[in-house]
Amino acid sequence: MNYLIQQAAILGEQAQDVLIIDGKIAQIGTIEATSDVQVIDAKNLVLLPGLVDTHTHLREPGREDAETVETGSQAAALGGYTAVHAMANSTPVADTAGVVEQVYELGRQAGWVDVRPVGAVTVGLAGKQLSEIGAMADSRAAVKMFSDDGICVWDPLLMRRALEYVKAFDGVIAQHAQEPRLTEGAQMNEGEVSSILGMPGWPAVAEESIIARDVLLAEHVGARLHVCHVSTAGSVEIIRWAKARGINVTAEVTPHHLLLTDEKVRSYDPVYKVNPPLRREADVQALRAGVADGTIDVIGTDHAPHPSESKDCEWGAAAMGMTGLETALSIVQHTLVETGLLSWADVARITSSVPAQIGRVADQGRPIAVGEPANLTLIDPAARWVVDPSAMATKGRNSPFAGMELPGAVCATFFHGHPTVLDGQLSTPRVTHA
Amino acid sequence: MKHLLSTADLTREEAISILDIAEEMRESGTRAIKKLPALRGRTVVNLFFEDSTRTRISFEAAAKRLSADVINFSAKGSSVSKGESLKDTAQTLLAIGADAVVIRHPDSGAPARLAATDWIGLPIVNAGDGTHEHPTQALLDAFTLRRQVALRNGTNPVGEGLDGLKVAIVGDILHSRVARSNLWLLKTLGAEVTMIAPPTLLPVGTQSWPCTISYDLDAVIASGVDALMMLRVQGERMNAAYFPNPREYSRYWGLDDARLAQLDSSGAETLIMHPGPMNRGLEISSVAADSPRSTVLDQVTNGVAVRMASLYMLLSGDLI
Repeated sequence: MNYLIQQAAILGEQAQDVLIIDGKIAQIGTIEATSDVQVIDAKNLVLLPGLVDTHTHLREPGREDAETVETGSQAAALGGYTAVHAMANSTPVADTAGVVEQVYELGRQAGWVDVRPVGAVTVGLAGKQLSEIGAMADSRAAVKMFSDDGICVWDPLLMRRALEYVKAFDGVIAQHAQEPRLTEGAQMNEGEVSSILGMPGWPAVAEESIIARDVLLAEHVGARLHVCHVSTAGSVEIIRWAKARGINVTAEVTPHHLLLTDEKVRSYDPVYKVNPPLRREADVQALRAGVADGTIDVIGTDHAPHPSESKDCEWGAAAMGMTGLETALSIVQHTLVETGLLSWADVARITSSVPAQIGRVADQGRPIAVGEPANLTLIDPAARWVVDPSAMATKGRNSPFAGMELPGAVCATFFHGHPTVLDGQLSTPRVTHA
Repeated sequence: MKHLLSTADLTREEAISILDIAEEMRESGTRAIKKLPALRGRTVVNLFFEDSTRTRISFEAAAKRLSADVINFSAKGSSVSKGESLKDTAQTLLAIGADAVVIRHPDSGAPARLAATDWIGLPIVNAGDGTHEHPTQALLDAFTLRRQVALRNGTNPVGEGLDGLKVAIVGDILHSRVARSNLWLLKTLGAEVTMIAPPTLLPVGTQSWPCTISYDLDAVIASGVDALMMLRVQGERMNAAYFPNPREYSRYWGLDDARLAQLDSSGAETLIMHPGPMNRGLEISSVAADSPRSTVLDQVTNGVAVRMASLYMLLSGDLI
């Protein structure tokens, strides 16, 4: 089927028609509808390149009770995504070509988004021995991003070797920056609120000291470093300094760190338990400023679904993590667009083109131009909706935004020209033939 | 008052009401027949996920003196050690017919979580949660202080706060639920609070706490205080490099014989308080613990009265 998107504001600019034929953008301008195309009325809607997430937990293999590649990629499509990077902390860990090919294949069969597996930096995420990075890079999954996410590659020598080694495969190390000794038993941001709540604190310095070390290592060996889920004002400053020095570092921020603070923890509701933890209002503002001035390159959801028993409990017993795929774009609009910090073209940069460049994802994050693959997201920025986790496609009910009214709704998602989402509802997956 | 979770939730009027009711409860404890019929037919569950003989038996005595039935649930050797969740444990107690839950838990906020969820709907008393709060300990400390001052002045404690009293809390503030509960309650009742500890045992973020912070115990003693609350130093802290060794801790932050002598020679009427159990020779010397200034046993007696008052207010509804 071919599609004609009528009157869409491309990157929020002047309204135009976009014709999709055989999975590619065939024409842009004023286009007459013909009988062989399905017309999509996009009046007052904004057209963006399909979103690319640098940081998703799909949980499969191993924790299919929390999420599967199928449900996670459905959630992604509903959130406007056409590609996600699936983190390596599955069971078994994605530290071999076999596991990354399995995840890749599950994603391809599901057909909702491109699933780009992330390979573990170290065998079993144990931080002892490099995993077979080359085999994963050369597998059908063509892994470019490597991360022990959830656990910091703490050993400085091992981190140096990892940064050096991935250069051979044009790879990138995505670091979960957390000094382990400074965060033993940590439950929340260390500061005024933790002092009152009597919770073991996760100090900002535990993140900042690792980032400082890693940017210097990346400079020393001339490698590419990606910093996952930056959460503190100090981290933003260090990355800003590193970029000014010409160090090849990119940084990611989650939607929840752009909006929520540790004040939420006063409720002791574990839906707010996440790693890195929610920080102070000053950090939230510094993160937004960091996105606005380009210090922070991308939005990564750190979508982390958990079964309800992992959250319907006391704080100490609860798992860390929040869902995010189906709310990310709304949080970006709320915190960055409606505050005047970003244009829609900037949103396309931080949610699509730069994430695709970091992960070296072919055919994603491309300009909206004739001849390009039709990975597109159509959104209604005027819509308002109340977050209801039970209505989401993800299996996780652990959304920290539950009950909040958010702006912006995804109306349609085109994945290589195929509508995975239409009228804000899941449509059909894209069928490919191996 | 629906639950007793944190002393920060108490208004001055509520706090004074609890202390006043506790005065009546304490008086009833001196009679030949100590038992009151107030909670006859009601069931109080002591749900203890941490070892604590002292607090548990104090709550047990309090409930029994009010004629309530008491069920003691200890996490050790129970279904909890087989992996049962707090939610299931609590709902089991509800199904058994509990009317109130007294909970001690190693996680900060567990009682608040129990109160905030729809798991059970019973009044919850926080009997100590992690390093967060221990509100009945703070109430019994305030009760003891108020009573001692009234005794000294020959006045009636009923209806009074702790206005203008100077209280120093000394020791492991970082891990102390007693310190946090005392801070909020003492401030609510009008006292001035100083916290004294080695910097490693003070939390980051105390700038907003309504108290003075000091590292110098001698200077605070010399400035004159109405009460010194000595906190227990937990054994596990000694192996975690919070201070070099017990001797050095004692030398700088312990109430040793030399500091007791300093108090005595100054003529100050400073009370010595300790929530127990004491490490004699570490945070407090034996001579200090057994001196006439010490209120340690008085605090234990008063603990029963304060817990009777708390249970009474939660289970019989309103203030008297």
